[in-house]
Amino acid sequence: MATSTRPNARRGLDQSRADEYRDWLRQMLLIRRFEEKAGEAYSLGKVGGFCHLYIGQEAVAVGSLAAVGKDDYVVCSYREHGHALVRGISARTVMAELFGKAAGCSGGKGGSMHLFDVSLGFLGGHAIVGAHIPLATGMAFAAKYRDTRQVAVCYFGEAAVNNGAFHEALNMAALWKLPVIYICENNRYGMGTALERASAIYDISERACSYDMANEVVDGQDVLIMHAAMERAVQRARADRHPTLLEVRTYRFMGHSMSDPIHGHYRTKEEVEEQRKRDPIALWSQRLIAEGLMDEAGVKALDKEVLREVNDAYQFAEEAPDPEPEALWADVYAPGEG
Amino acid sequence: MPTLTYRDALNQALREEMQRDPEVFLMGEEVGVYQGAYKVSRGLLEEFGPMRVVDTPITELGFAGVGVGAAMVGLRPVIEFMTWNFALLAIDQLVNSAAKMRYMSGGQVGVPAVFRGPGGAALQLGAQHSQAFESYYAHIPGLMVVAPATPADAKGLLKSAIRDDNPIVFIEGEMLYNLKGEVPEGEHLVPLGSADVKRAGDHVTIVCHSKTVAVALKAAEQLAAEGTEADVVDLRTIRPLDAGTILESVTRTHRCVVAEEGWPFAGVGAQVVDTIQREAFDALDAPILRVTGADVPMPYNKHLERAAKVDPARVIAAVKQVMYLD
Repeated sequence: MATSTRPNARRGLDQSRADEYRDWLRQMLLIRRFEEKAGEAYSLGKVGGFCHLYIGQEAVAVGSLAAVGKDDYVVCSYREHGHALVRGISARTVMAELFGKAAGCSGGKGGSMHLFDVSLGFLGGHAIVGAHIPLATGMAFAAKYRDTRQVAVCYFGEAAVNNGAFHEALNMAALWKLPVIYICENNRYGMGTALERASAIYDISERACSYDMANEVVDGQDVLIMHAAMERAVQRARADRHPTLLEVRTYRFMGHSMSDPIHGHYRTKEEVEEQRKRDPIALWSQRLIAEGLMDEAGVKALDKEVLREVNDAYQFAEEAPDPEPEALWADVYAPGEG
Repeated sequence: MPTLTYRDALNQALREEMQRDPEVFLMGEEVGVYQGAYKVSRGLLEEFGPMRVVDTPITELGFAGVGVGAAMVGLRPVIEFMTWNFALLAIDQLVNSAAKMRYMSGGQVGVPAVFRGPGGAALQLGAQHSQAFESYYAHIPGLMVVAPATPADAKGLLKSAIRDDNPIVFIEGEMLYNLKGEVPEGEHLVPLGSADVKRAGDHVTIVCHSKTVAVALKAAEQLAAEGTEADVVDLRTIRPLDAGTILESVTRTHRCVVAEEGWPFAGVGAQVVDTIQREAFDALDAPILRVTGADVPMPYNKHLERAAKVDPARVIAAVKQVMYLD
């Protein structure tokens, strides 16, 4: 049942959904400003370890998660600040986690790569490439086992599709008809290795054909296209318990992590500049303006609003206390054991 | 009390726990239609159906991860590895996912899963099928490691492991499946983290677990005939280690031999020795000796294989050395 469709998103926007569409813009702006602030905090030494920014890919998390229900499960890789924010973890507690503070969403013990909020079905933040793909598959197994209508959503980069965990999980998901949506955020580079230098085939969506799995290639810079593709995938999972692989073509505007320059050894300045012309936030705000759902002033006001939210989060994180020394020993084992 | 094999004791534990809790399921290679590579899951598919007794492709990393994911949302999977040798393909899911989830989520997400299957050498299975991996997993904070030696402990420990909220590495003895012993019926729970004195004696302590318990008991029997009474301490759980029982014995006997099937370097015995020297240094009348598998990959040839394994003669020789009898 392999399919490959590109929906026609050039029809006029549904005016009755204007509030939702404006909120998508707000969410994308929130991610952008949050990530800029996180980068700044990293440069000041307030955020440690590794820090992978999501700038350029905002439409993927926003468009896809808008089609996911609150009881569903969301599992991410280590580039997950944006997904966490969209899922509803507050900017304050995400920033506090980056700062390693007790008020962080993982108590300051996870860090940038391990954001969790079980009350929102946000189950990590995983930092071994591809290893979380079987985890999401297991959550989909649990949904089927309990005969709920939940689905599991799993985000990973295009570099993960070359490892065994990806193939082992997709095979089982298709074999057992599990309600899971695999979202491959193809941002063209696994760290510094271009897709065509790592994968024998260019179209990652074709890998789903090995497992007779539904698949689509999606323009990840267009939030509306992303959302439409995700709605189809969620429907397929929830109603029919069929998994889907979405290959979402996107681009990261920043380096792989904070230690990687934006361009240099593996991609040129010209390439990054060319890709920046398809900035998902610019594309969506222009669309909203063109269709009369917002005006320039409205966009600016929204940007100001999220900037305030991010600055508040930064201040909150800075002032929040570190974990108590005893936290070192807590939560290794279940309470009362070990 | 009924007499059962170690295999059937495990089967009984699985059956009782699956009857008790509908969120417990069994997943692994050949656990269903084939009835288990070692027949531990015999009859379970017929009783519980294919949603709860799940045959998987040969994909250890994949189904171990599926088990961890299911446990993260509250199911209680029992993941069977056909042997722990094959589980090396899945070790990332045990070490990086299962063991760390609770900690790195700030206590929000536990992994109440049991990973079980046979470990250690059988007979002439060669280098890749003859390995004891207890110390690999015992090294990892967040995991518990259990290795029962008798049918009664196999049942009681597996039932406790399934009810526990931590990820548990449950290593069965491949050569123990046919071992018979009395097994209490019904609600028989052996607490995790508690060692058991399998034979009492005051002259020397022999610390052992899994397959080496039978070896130690055989050695103790021969030693008794020569007038040496050994206290045989079966660890049962490697992590958390029951230091209390070990120290109680050693402070009484003043001498200790640690026997294990695995390799010597950074083995389980090294941890036991460290515990004793820190906590009971003044009680010792002799250096502690370790008897381990030979520090080589397991050879196929049966004479060489025998030479590589722990046997009663080597345990007896070590005991005589710590007692200055030779």
